[in-house]
Amino acid sequence: MAVADQPRPMASNPIVAALKDALGTALVALGLAVPILALRTEQNMANELVLQPRWGYVGVAVVGAFVARLFYLIVAAAPKRTRPVAAPGAPGVMGRAFAVGGLIVLVLYPVLALAVTGQAGAVKWIDNFGIQIMIYVMLGWGLNIVVGLAGLLDLGYVAFYAVGAYSMALLTQNFGLSFWICLPLAGILAAFWGVLLGFPVLRLRGDYLAIVTLAFGEIIRLVLINWVPVTGGYAGISGIPRPTFFGLPFNASDEGFAAFFGLEFTPLYRTVFLFYVILALALLTNWVTLRLRRLPVGRAWEALREDEIACRSLGINTTNTKLTAFAIGAGFAGFAGSFFAARQGFISPESFTFLESAVVVAIVVLGGMGSQLGVAIAAIAMIGGTEILRELEWLKHIFGADFEPTQYRMLLFGLGMVILMVWRPRGLIATRQPSIFLKERRAIRSDLVGEGRA
Amino acid sequence: MSAPAVPLLTVEHLSMRFGGLVAVDALSFTVDAGTITAIIGPNGAGKTTVFNCITGFYKPTSGRLLLSHGTASSAGELDALTASGKRWRSGGAGSIFLLERMPEHEIAARARIARTFQNIRLFSGMTVLENLIVAQHNALMQASGWTVLGLLGARRYAQAERQAVERAKYWLDKVGLIERADDPAGDLPYGAQRRLEIARAMCTGPALLCLDEPAAGLNPRESGDLTSLLKSIQGEHPISILLIEHDMSVVMEISDHVIVLDYGQKISDGSPEHVRNDPKVIAAYLGVEDEEVEQVEAEIAP
Repeated sequence: MAVADQPRPMASNPIVAALKDALGTALVALGLAVPILALRTEQNMANELVLQPRWGYVGVAVVGAFVARLFYLIVAAAPKRTRPVAAPGAPGVMGRAFAVGGLIVLVLYPVLALAVTGQAGAVKWIDNFGIQIMIYVMLGWGLNIVVGLAGLLDLGYVAFYAVGAYSMALLTQNFGLSFWICLPLAGILAAFWGVLLGFPVLRLRGDYLAIVTLAFGEIIRLVLINWVPVTGGYAGISGIPRPTFFGLPFNASDEGFAAFFGLEFTPLYRTVFLFYVILALALLTNWVTLRLRRLPVGRAWEALREDEIACRSLGINTTNTKLTAFAIGAGFAGFAGSFFAARQGFISPESFTFLESAVVVAIVVLGGMGSQLGVAIAAIAMIGGTEILRELEWLKHIFGADFEPTQYRMLLFGLGMVILMVWRPRGLIATRQPSIFLKERRAIRSDLVGEGRA
Repeated sequence: MSAPAVPLLTVEHLSMRFGGLVAVDALSFTVDAGTITAIIGPNGAGKTTVFNCITGFYKPTSGRLLLSHGTASSAGELDALTASGKRWRSGGAGSIFLLERMPEHEIAARARIARTFQNIRLFSGMTVLENLIVAQHNALMQASGWTVLGLLGARRYAQAERQAVERAKYWLDKVGLIERADDPAGDLPYGAQRRLEIARAMCTGPALLCLDEPAAGLNPRESGDLTSLLKSIQGEHPISILLIEHDMSVVMEISDHVIVLDYGQKISDGSPEHVRNDPKVIAAYLGVEDEEVEQVEAEIAP
């Protein structure tokens, strides 16, 4: 009827409404900024505490919140462009091309770093950047099996990383085993611990499972701290032998890698070698995961994430299915942990705090649960991003010598995550690729895909 | 035991209590092989509870649920198995399963009972085809050598997967969803989701198919299609169907045997005609007090 078709009389001008909303946000910002920013206690010369007012900061925060909210409202109110529907199959092809390109870049990365930054700079870029990121890519891919495919939220993933690292450290130190023997052993031990944790917590789902796994991660860390005779407590374990090139150590001796190949000794060889080792381990993780997705066990994981009761009605043993997800995910964390121990040469419980678990979970969630490519991109963005923020010395020229860019690292990082969650609440790559198809492979919209909370 | 057909499922004195509430009270009935049996009754009569007990989702408070493949066992054998504490016995002429002792996934995998749910439970983020492949998990798992051989790319697994796809295609054809095989299950319209759930249950290769209100929410034409689908499934495959249904046109048309529950007790049991004319059933459906049943009975029977 005509009445229904008539545009509703506006309660007020949309601009006024937006201004009101932004004003409300500014008030909230004021309420938060006053106790946090307004006053700072400082000691004066007489060793007395004096209050130093900082109303300027409060003003910046309030105005910033007002402007940001207004901007957001204007952007949100703008008529949405309808995105052209991608041709069927196009995302898959794009993804494939992207993955192949990424792989080529990764393989050539040490060469590129060497060419761009020279010998002195390359160690930093390959080690802090390349190896560090690849460790997290691998951890992300490992956790993707548990969280992304099986839908089991595991907040204690770092525990298995720690088991791998300490297995490597203790086995090499106490039994004199080499890196290449300890690597699979560490993976197996971590998987064993995954099963051990899996058994009691399998009945739990969603938030309950998350809390129990979080506690497990803390238990492992506390055991590492307090079992001093074995783990060395806070002091950790040092002198873990470095990986060798099939028996050739990376040192300046005559039997070393450089001497054997008639090259001049430089620490770069070891770094490059380590990069390729972690690259191979990460690619192995990826290959196994992609393969598992097309096997009954992988499909059962995804079905479990979609609907556990339906799984049981089809004769799937959900206990075993969850255990395999836990064990395989933990095994990859164990590989990554043992590599970490061998690369550092020294480990202590401080490397295995809850923050590490949180970062890996954030990588999986930001990347898009279940998407291998998304997880890799998220790991590069998160770990690479935080590392890049260390390189912001030039900002001192703008803000003065007192400005410490690294202090803003976590702030920017948090801001980035908030923006991403507003823009892409289901992660960077949220669509799901089916594991089998009859005629054509079509990506599945993210709102249909379960998150393992049902 | 003078019944000509071997009962596939024998429910004996099944009781299920939730605290003080007796949902099912000493219920006994049988489902003969190759038949369609319907359980009907007013809301809250305990029909879905019976289903959940048979399929293992609930552990019954008391009673024996016996499923036999092949020939019937003698009473002595049954008592021996019941006393032994084992869950099933196989070999010889057939196997018998004590369902009340088995977890739900084992019932589905070994006793070969498949079910659907009152509120559809599909894997909505997986494609229609994937839903049907997941249903063949146990066979594929074996073919993939519990993942190890499959991971190494064994040909045996590729072959088994092709067979699984063929089977899925057969059932997709049967329920008219072959064109939508690569669409996510969550995108299907309601009636198609119901049919897909039946196809998924059939892909497990069941001996007994339990359908919980398969016609709920369907329009008359769709429920007509459902009736013919169920009839053709039962005609072409060695399977028994047990269904809960409120749609009397469906029940009366396809059932060989109808069981009526009210307040957890069986009030009638027999052919559709028998049940339709049973004054107790009419009284239960019309909401007559127990004392008045005889009066209603007298009024109906000339």
